Amino acid sequence: MLFPPPKPPQPRRIVVTGAGIITAFGAGWKINAEGFRSGRTAFRRVTLFDVSRHRCKIAAEIDLPGDLPPNRLSPGDLRRLQRASRLLLLAGAEAWNQSGWTPHGRLPLVLGTTSGEMCLGQEYLCQALQTPLCFKRQAERVTHYLVQQQGINLANALGLQGEVITISNACASGANAIGHAWELIREGRAERVLTGGYDALCHLTFAGFDTLQVLSPSPCRPFDAGRDGLTLGEGAAVLALEDLSAAQRRGAEILGEILGYGATTDTHHLTQPQPDGNAALAAMRAACAGAGLTPDQIDYVNAHGTATPQNDSAETAAIQAWAGARAATLPVSSTKAGVGHLLGAAGAVEAVASLMALRGQWLPPETSVRTPDPACRFQVVRQPVDAKITTALSNSFGFGGANATLIFRRWP
Amino acid sequence: MAVSRVFVHGQGAVSPAGWGVPALWASLENKRPLQVQSLVRPGWDKPLPVRLVPPPAVRPAFLAHPRLRRASPMTHFAVGAALEALGQDADLIRSGGLRLGILTCTLTGGISYSRRFYEETLQNPATASPMIFPETVFNSSASHLAAFLGSSTINYTLVGDAGTFLQGLAVAAGWLDNGLAEACVVIGAEEPDWTAADALRLFDSRAVHASGAGALYLKSRCPSHAPVELAAVTDSFAATRTPGRNEAARKMRAQLPVGAPDELLCASERHSPAWNDWTGKVLTPVEILGEAFAAASAWQCVAACDAIQHSRCAAANVSITGASLQAIAARFVNPHLFKTPEDLSP
Repeated sequence: MLFPPPKPPQPRRIVVTGAGIITAFGAGWKINAEGFRSGRTAFRRVTLFDVSRHRCKIAAEIDLPGDLPPNRLSPGDLRRLQRASRLLLLAGAEAWNQSGWTPHGRLPLVLGTTSGEMCLGQEYLCQALQTPLCFKRQAERVTHYLVQQQGINLANALGLQGEVITISNACASGANAIGHAWELIREGRAERVLTGGYDALCHLTFAGFDTLQVLSPSPCRPFDAGRDGLTLGEGAAVLALEDLSAAQRRGAEILGEILGYGATTDTHHLTQPQPDGNAALAAMRAACAGAGLTPDQIDYVNAHGTATPQNDSAETAAIQAWAGARAATLPVSSTKAGVGHLLGAAGAVEAVASLMALRGQWLPPETSVRTPDPACRFQVVRQPVDAKITTALSNSFGFGGANATLIFRRWP
Repeated sequence: MAVSRVFVHGQGAVSPAGWGVPALWASLENKRPLQVQSLVRPGWDKPLPVRLVPPPAVRPAFLAHPRLRRASPMTHFAVGAALEALGQDADLIRSGGLRLGILTCTLTGGISYSRRFYEETLQNPATASPMIFPETVFNSSASHLAAFLGSSTINYTLVGDAGTFLQGLAVAAGWLDNGLAEACVVIGAEEPDWTAADALRLFDSRAVHASGAGALYLKSRCPSHAPVELAAVTDSFAATRTPGRNEAARKMRAQLPVGAPDELLCASERHSPAWNDWTGKVLTPVEILGEAFAAASAWQCVAACDAIQHSRCAAANVSITGASLQAIAARFVNPHLFKTPEDLSP
């Protein structure tokens, strides 16, 4: 039963036993870890749709692998998989295989996305307008456009049974999904959960951000004094979360622990944060309170850092208010400098990037930053560097004022 | 083991029957399908059949709020239903005296603005309206409601089929249980657009697309007057995988009590083999109001709670076999007649 749930005698500890990722760096943990560690950038002119009439023409577009990992989908199902589903399946299968899980019992799938398979919605509308009496493939487009279908595809591909739940909280979706999955296990509502976020580049979203004039015509530079906007990306990341004792019982390799989650709402504006970052601050404080940590005990902040003037300014204020004196020595960076803003996938990809940094003992640099914004009293990581870090905090903020913060700890 | 308890403290509905729960219930009691209206479908001579929300008798004051003036129809419906459900507690939330979690559930989201924005983009991206795009984001309705109420507590927008509203109830129960919120409003909302009506027709030529919203207001404390308890939300059983919808519905049904003649079933479809053994009354709001996905499942729950509150039944089950995702059900009871959740044992 989803409700009422059984309740454990005390909150559980939750660890990550599988992680999958695909970004413009490539597919898989290794190539992404190398990309984040070295501060590579992966931007190029968009080829997926016509950007000739747009102000911005670049994004972190993925060269989608031709082959999918082994899975349980039929040839017909595989043929119908579109870009977002393929990204999700690539990340999901990597996390699944790494976890060593087998598909027995009910296993919830909690995902975040902003636009699902929007490219099919676009195709549907174009055909409906241009050839209104032709219905060929329209039903299939509708089925696979709907947001829940990508989760269903992943569940079917892996043979999962259990609840599929999709959170669409704009650019915080991925972090909210992981946070919700964490809550499900912590509160005894599930033993293990597969969770993450995904989004594929699509014309509608690209055009939307372009009309708002928040896209930079050149690769984004989060926390740079001269930053002039974000750069979109695409991708997916999936995490296998489970109760620590269960993971230890089966001798699973543990990639890290999730210690805390905070989620708040910024009511200032639909697309702009409260300038003083108060809602972001509340999310960071809530995550720390849940984790039982103070800012002094956080070793690295993976910032939301979109590179828009407003976001970075508000997030800077929030980080500094939260960190206090600790800010002066606190390393902060945004991995969007390398792979762009992945919208609904951002929180999940940045969660995996944080786990990579914790496991590898390095900090992800923003090599594109020329002059850090003088308002930043924290240390913007600009060069590849090794570091002894035990804890990392990751921020995700979205349109509609959706704010989410996750805290990770190195294992062991 | 401790068992969570969640009570319904208010309901709200905006539907083709009108603005408010009384209008919804009156239409359901009447048992006659509401009149079908026409929606122009570009490129077709024949319009699409729909059931639209009629204009409110009195323009709601909330529409004057700066965040709501340009908002989508879905947002207007969602806020209307939520405020009716919250009642006087809206002022308490505004004053910071109550931490409200907001859960909005939808299938199609702000589809009319999405369609409009993409049509503008296709014509000329340089002149596509930047005012419209933010309203296309799935969580815009939850955001506007939070801004209207000044609520900075957690909010989620869940996207999925009709059953997602019941998943939302379970998520809200979790928030109440772990202290993330002191109260929660769960909203199902959809808006009218020819693309949604057109798409629905591809799967069911007899279906009539409808729009609107429904909301339940939940707390952990039992209300003093006419209480309704959320007794159960079943697991979500995949309705697309082998062995299919009927088997999923059967598993869902098996998690609920057998039922009694004085109980009500609010179902998303009249003839589901899973409920062949049901001896109580059956209500199928979709036959009267139309197919409105997450809003329709919210109306089912609103009707179930309203029936218990007005002593029309002692308990009510809400059964949903979603279009493409899941079979799931919820059970509401009069807690004075069903003392503890242990009474739920099948």
